[in-house]
Amino acid sequence: MSKKIILDKESAEFTKKIIELSGEIVTLCEQCGTCSGGCPMCDKAETSPSLMMRMAALGQKEILGSDIIWYCASCYTCTVRCPRGIDISKVAEALRQIILRDSVNRIDLSKLTPAELEKLPQIALVAALRKMTG
Amino acid sequence: MKKIGYYPGCTLKTKAKIFEKTALYTAEKLGYEFIELPNWNCCGAVFSLSSDDLIHHLAPIRNLVRVQDMKEGAFLSEETLVTLCSMCFNTLKRANIRYKNSAEDRSKIKNIMDTESAYQGNVSVLHFLELFKSIEPGSVKLKRKLKGLKVFVYYGCTLLRPKEASLDDAEAPVILERYVETFGAEALSTPFSRLCCGSYQTVNAREKVVELAYKILTSAIESGADAVITACPLCFFNLKDIQNEICAAYPDFKGIPVAYFTELSAYALGMDPGEWDEEPGFIKTALAQTGEKKIKR
Repeated sequence: MSKKIILDKESAEFTKKIIELSGEIVTLCEQCGTCSGGCPMCDKAETSPSLMMRMAALGQKEILGSDIIWYCASCYTCTVRCPRGIDISKVAEALRQIILRDSVNRIDLSKLTPAELEKLPQIALVAALRKMTG
Repeated sequence: MKKIGYYPGCTLKTKAKIFEKTALYTAEKLGYEFIELPNWNCCGAVFSLSSDDLIHHLAPIRNLVRVQDMKEGAFLSEETLVTLCSMCFNTLKRANIRYKNSAEDRSKIKNIMDTESAYQGNVSVLHFLELFKSIEPGSVKLKRKLKGLKVFVYYGCTLLRPKEASLDDAEAPVILERYVETFGAEALSTPFSRLCCGSYQTVNAREKVVELAYKILTSAIESGADAVITACPLCFFNLKDIQNEICAAYPDFKGIPVAYFTELSAYALGMDPGEWDEEPGFIKTALAQTGEKKIKR
């Protein structure tokens, strides 16, 4: 199966936006796959972290619809292992922020029952709200 | 006694009271008086990763200003802040690093914070474990024996990663193993000691957390551990409080006691067992190992 990749002004601007928000030069990624190899969520997501990096470098906006950016819990395993020194967790955060800053929330705590809310530790709720709401 | 600034954070005052109680007991026995910061506020739980998001660093910096004020008022022996929760540790330490390293960020943050004194950037953020990393096993007088108790150390993520915020080698840490050995138990670890438990995904993707917790705890059981210790109230929830959900998803899962690392030290140092609302699972095993029938008071 072949896939046509279009590099135009729009894709270049998207990549630039990711670089600005994350502070990371995503185009440095050489696709070695170390991030995907150590990622605890890689086998549970449809998109791997290395594919996320490739799509970010090529400015492909479809990456915003991927599940990996939400499954990433910022465990920083990829960050400490990237041989190119890219903080990949910051790239995932930038992609989440692009969505959240349009006031599109990923979670809705009102869907949890009072019993579930009572059981959860505060840091779980604060962290989830910080990471998944705008 | 050395007076040191202490930041508890929200979960230690509610869901993880035993973590605080056993830590304060341990610290006092080892020569530290922890002075809780007055009017401390939430650290934000997670460090803000976007380059332009400075507002979320204000909460951790505000807490550091309070440490600075306490040192100036001679309430503390040094400008040091100790934390117990590993998420607070990561957030406070990284906000401090960002503040120190960027003159531009520093000036912007100072401009927004007009009610506090200006933060000079001199506070050291330490985790509780770092206070005791130079203690030699055998140098601490222990009241109770943990000999033969095999403890699986679980670091999780934010004590170790990223490298600039790590309290030890990010990939090959030994600080928790040394702590366990100092208090007389045997330490075990596997690569799963450093695998993420899924963290806050427990709020909306519980099945992913159940799978990760199953892998971590199974590794602990297979390594021969009697118990697992952790330093994070969120890991504690994911590894202990949802074990019934792990059993339901994985019928082969037998379960294993989980405790905060400070419960182990407080027990070894002689804390009254009545201080625990519920006796931690490791105590029963510890007593069986040493052949004692009941807890020495």
